[in-house]
Amino acid sequence: MQAQEQYNYTVVRQFALMTVVWGIVGMLVGLIIAAQLIWPDLNLASWLSYGRLRPLHTNAVIFAFGGSALFATSYYVVQRTCHVRLFGDWLASFTFWGWQAVIVLAAISLPLGMTSGKEYAELEWPIDVLITLVWVSYAVVFFGTIAKRRVSHIYVANWFFGAFILTVAVLHLVNSAAMPVSLTKSYSAYAGVQDAMVQWWYGHNAVGFFLTAGFLGMMYYFIPKQAGRPVYSYRLSVVHFWALIFTYMWAGPHHLHYTALPDWAQSIGMLFSLVLLAPSWGGMINGIMTLSGAWHKLRTDPILKFLVVSLSFYGMSTFEGPMMSIKTVNALSHYTDWTVGHVHSGALGWVGMVTIGSLYYLIPRLYGRSEMHSMQLVTLHFWVATIGIVLYIAAMWIAGVMQGLMWRAVNPDGTLTYAFVESVKATYPYYAVRLLGGVLYFAGMLIMAWNVIKTVAGQKPAEAAIPAPAAA
Amino acid sequence: MADFVHEAWGIYIAIITLASLAACAVLLRLMSTRKLDPGENPGTTGHVWDEDLEEWHNPMPRWWMWLFYITIVFSLVYLVLYPGLGAWGGYLGWTSAGEYREEQKQAAARFGPVIDRFLKQDVAVIAADPEAREIGQRLFLNYCAQCHGSDAGGSRGYPNLRDGDWLWGGSPEAIRTTLLEGRKGMMPPMGAAVGGAEDVRDVAHHVLALAGRTHDSLRAQRGKPKFATACAACHGAEGKGNQQLGAPNLTDDIWLHGGTEAAIIETIVKGRMNEMPAHKGFLDEGKIHLLTAYVLGISGQAAR
Repeated sequence: MQAQEQYNYTVVRQFALMTVVWGIVGMLVGLIIAAQLIWPDLNLASWLSYGRLRPLHTNAVIFAFGGSALFATSYYVVQRTCHVRLFGDWLASFTFWGWQAVIVLAAISLPLGMTSGKEYAELEWPIDVLITLVWVSYAVVFFGTIAKRRVSHIYVANWFFGAFILTVAVLHLVNSAAMPVSLTKSYSAYAGVQDAMVQWWYGHNAVGFFLTAGFLGMMYYFIPKQAGRPVYSYRLSVVHFWALIFTYMWAGPHHLHYTALPDWAQSIGMLFSLVLLAPSWGGMINGIMTLSGAWHKLRTDPILKFLVVSLSFYGMSTFEGPMMSIKTVNALSHYTDWTVGHVHSGALGWVGMVTIGSLYYLIPRLYGRSEMHSMQLVTLHFWVATIGIVLYIAAMWIAGVMQGLMWRAVNPDGTLTYAFVESVKATYPYYAVRLLGGVLYFAGMLIMAWNVIKTVAGQKPAEAAIPAPAAA
Repeated sequence: MADFVHEAWGIYIAIITLASLAACAVLLRLMSTRKLDPGENPGTTGHVWDEDLEEWHNPMPRWWMWLFYITIVFSLVYLVLYPGLGAWGGYLGWTSAGEYREEQKQAAARFGPVIDRFLKQDVAVIAADPEAREIGQRLFLNYCAQCHGSDAGGSRGYPNLRDGDWLWGGSPEAIRTTLLEGRKGMMPPMGAAVGGAEDVRDVAHHVLALAGRTHDSLRAQRGKPKFATACAACHGAEGKGNQQLGAPNLTDDIWLHGGTEAAIIETIVKGRMNEMPAHKGFLDEGKIHLLTAYVLGISGQAAR
């Protein structure tokens, strides 16, 4: 019975360390494609060309880095807030090795040009099948743990992790439906504008559930833990949880403004994106207000800095998103680098920072230490990453608005003032600033890797006994 | 309506949309509580997880609740005014297609006269008019530069428009036809008609000789009769080409697909397919007229 009383930290450790590894790999690919936009000569071979590396970058940072972070934290949080060991040790182990296999297969097949052509779902059908197996196992492990919990109430972080796991399963199954023609090629089950709508229903909910709901689950555990304060408002949790998971489902059509998608569908996409503002901000408010009474800790605690700044970026991008979904704003922003800036303020600022902060909390505890090897390096990482993000998104905002204005500028005779290539040329300086921002963010990840190695090296993996739940 | 295969779908979507917005408002209303008094302790929910995780019973921030309500009300107003509730087209009758047509109409009214005032003028006159040339250049940069280059210098497979050499004729009428109807340049694969690999090479050297390029004169001699049987039908006995067919003049040392021995052999063996797309229906009369004059002007034809 001894084993029953320990938390399963093994799978958490595996995922936590791989998060750092995949973060470095994914962001390095990002640097390469950012450099290729400045120096097209860097497209050295077909498998190193922009068109193949770009999906590799997005898959690596979203599903390898972000995915590993979500597995690690959800497994840690669900055990500790249910006061039971993770359900199904071997199944949890399968999710780790299965997910790593998916990542490796992606890293091989995407540069070889095997793609289903659906953004953020480029992997071909055999890999999709493997993802399905891993994801079902993940759901069994997670909800199995919830089912055998020793506390009656389910903690708010688990609502978000649960919603994320369930919804991603639905999204993946529906969007990836395809007719295989060979082992490496398949065609979507949908055609025309229906295919586009299914794709962006998936695409925006990948943002909403993979990159938002899952990471809100992370936020709801690590911020109150690190701040040592209760979550600000239970009622706010309830309202923003249900409103968030409900309205996100509708927002996809805003990716298809002024296309063949019927007007009514575009309107609904825009309206529910606007309604989404309040539920999104609910999460930010609940996280930031959790610090009431502990604001002074922000001065000295770099982990809290990461977590709170991540929420600030979350609030900023979830304000920007609804604005960009308004048809008239979208007419300017669509197809420009503004979109790229918006995505990265969410990805680097929110997802990246909350993950990094959580890992700095988590990794020492998985190795029986009270904190990271060097807290100074954590502070350094924080500042390097923050400056990197600001450079990145400021450059892309300016570039995007400039492109949008150049494309619509018209001479007195009705001709376009600028040829397309002139807008490309004008964007070069901003591409350079963006690359610099990316280099800084990447440098932060290298600092983190060094710090993690020093923290982990020579340490025995921690064993944690399961405490009895507090009597409520 | 046209968007739906059956009316019921429009009703279904309208109901779901309204019910969803209502559900957000109801949820918000049900969870509302009174404001805390100054200094009042909200207290916690009483649940404790993982030793020290708790939740305050704070009310939701008032300003945030207002934000939420306002977006819901805005949505309802928008759905009355604009399409969104299934088949209901909106009180304002707005459609994206209608907006596009309206913008086109406005553009035609604003820019049409600027372009169309040249319609009455002869292309030679327009080609010499600096203002018309400027407009012509902008039109060229918008519609033609993608293939012919912003300096109209062309590229491999895309004719240079400055050199005065014409595949389909350089008269105003011929240029106008090229712009309106497009052109399909096709040379069939001639390898088999010419003979074996050595025969093809001989013909290639004859072509090199026609252009006055460095060549093997023995091969060129051998290639000449084969040229006469296989190539002269289109390119002419002397290789001067035929603008009726779009067959290039081979004697001017201007090359669309390359003038090296290897490139010429490839052309003979594989043939070439080239297309200039038609612009009728895409560009209106006024623009075609200005572009004809502009192309004439840059080729030096109008001055001649």
